[in-house]
Amino acid sequence: MKIIELEPWELSLAGVLVAALAACTFSARLGVTRSLLISAVRMVLQLSLIGLVLRELFEARQPLWVGIIALVMLAVAGREVSARQKYRLRGMWGYGIGTGAMFVSSFAVSIFGLAAVVRADPWWDPRYAIPVLGMLLGNTMTAVALSIDRLTVSTWQGREIIEARLMLGETGRQAVSDFAREALRSGLIPVINSMAVAGLVSLPGMMTGQILAGNPPGDAVRYQILIWLLIAAGCGFGMLIAVRMAAGRLFDERDRLRLDRLAGDGQANKLIG
Amino acid sequence: MLQVEHLCFLDWGPLSFSVGAGQCVGLSGESGSGKSLLLRAIADLDVHEGEVFLEGKNCVDYPGAAWRGSVAMLAAESRWWFDSVGLHFPEGDHEPVLLKLGFPGSEVMDWEISRLSAGEKQRLALARLLVRGPDVLLLDEPTANLDPRSTSLVEEVISEYREEQQVPVVWVGHDEEQLKRVANTALRMHGKQLEESW
Repeated sequence: MKIIELEPWELSLAGVLVAALAACTFSARLGVTRSLLISAVRMVLQLSLIGLVLRELFEARQPLWVGIIALVMLAVAGREVSARQKYRLRGMWGYGIGTGAMFVSSFAVSIFGLAAVVRADPWWDPRYAIPVLGMLLGNTMTAVALSIDRLTVSTWQGREIIEARLMLGETGRQAVSDFAREALRSGLIPVINSMAVAGLVSLPGMMTGQILAGNPPGDAVRYQILIWLLIAAGCGFGMLIAVRMAAGRLFDERDRLRLDRLAGDGQANKLIG
Repeated sequence: MLQVEHLCFLDWGPLSFSVGAGQCVGLSGESGSGKSLLLRAIADLDVHEGEVFLEGKNCVDYPGAAWRGSVAMLAAESRWWFDSVGLHFPEGDHEPVLLKLGFPGSEVMDWEISRLSAGEKQRLALARLLVRGPDVLLLDEPTANLDPRSTSLVEEVISEYREEQQVPVVWVGHDEEQLKRVANTALRMHGKQLEESW
């Protein structure tokens, strides 16, 4: 069974749909027409480019190149996490905590999945490594960004509660614990929900792709199960690390709440209290 | 004995004063003069320079949380984060202090936070602080939301705790009459410095 090849002119038929949507948003003055078109063009260019890169990568089969591509993916995901924050930790922390958490969780979980479960030869075979890492990074990125954002926003809004708890002799970690728990919960719930409806409501993208490419549904399903278990673990551990580090950074060695370490909204410098 | 030496925060200070065991210092000054900031600095909630000693032991020699457990600050506006009153209290029987503050007794522990009045919150915040047995009280307008009867109950409870436990008290207030009742000496914050008031 061979996949039906898609020609550029056939793809442009689908593009007409987005162009029609853009015409609608323009006439409705939604103010998103520009970014809609730009992101559609970006998507086409980026994917075409990555298609070329992956073709070269699969042929070359060099561990160095796989590593470089993986690091570039991580760096972009880290930038994306820090760009999604309403209040960012100042200095390198804003970027470092999200990136570090994704590095530990996505990389470790990917390597585990590749080396212990898939057992490709070699285990870093780019045909397996890059898609697995990409799926993991894409999902942990959302989860980590969501949980850090939730933590910093609720700390910012709940600063008087946190300080009231400090005044009763609690440590910073105790005082922020309810907010940290809530942040972890809010990051994990989308993962849990999407696992719960997998196959019933949504056919996951990777599985769909494999089935379209002509693989037997049984194989596609087993890979999808693997990916989803890895995603759940990667998101969970990534958020645990990120929230723990971010929460630690919100307090200093004297257990004071240090909101001056957060920047954002143009009011982070305002005097507290 | 609480000693504050050359305390500086933002552009306040240096501020120095001390409060002996079982003594109460009244602290007055206009709104925005920095009275609350001074209490926050003593409780080590804000970054500051200078030193604070409790019974001769430097603040920096305590872990931050342990210091605030001893040098307890009562904020002008109390905050509550659980649903019921009791969850904010440590384990134990708190009936005596609740009765003294004009509450019917331990059943208060089951009350919902959302149904408390401002005055009830303020009195319960004091109870929640005292049952932890602090060694210093930093009180930021502890009777601001209270009617005359509750005000005198709160004054009595604080005086009793101060005398029985022999703890130093810093009492921030606007009401000169009240400060004369509760404090032994008084300071005034003026132009980012402390002046002796009486």
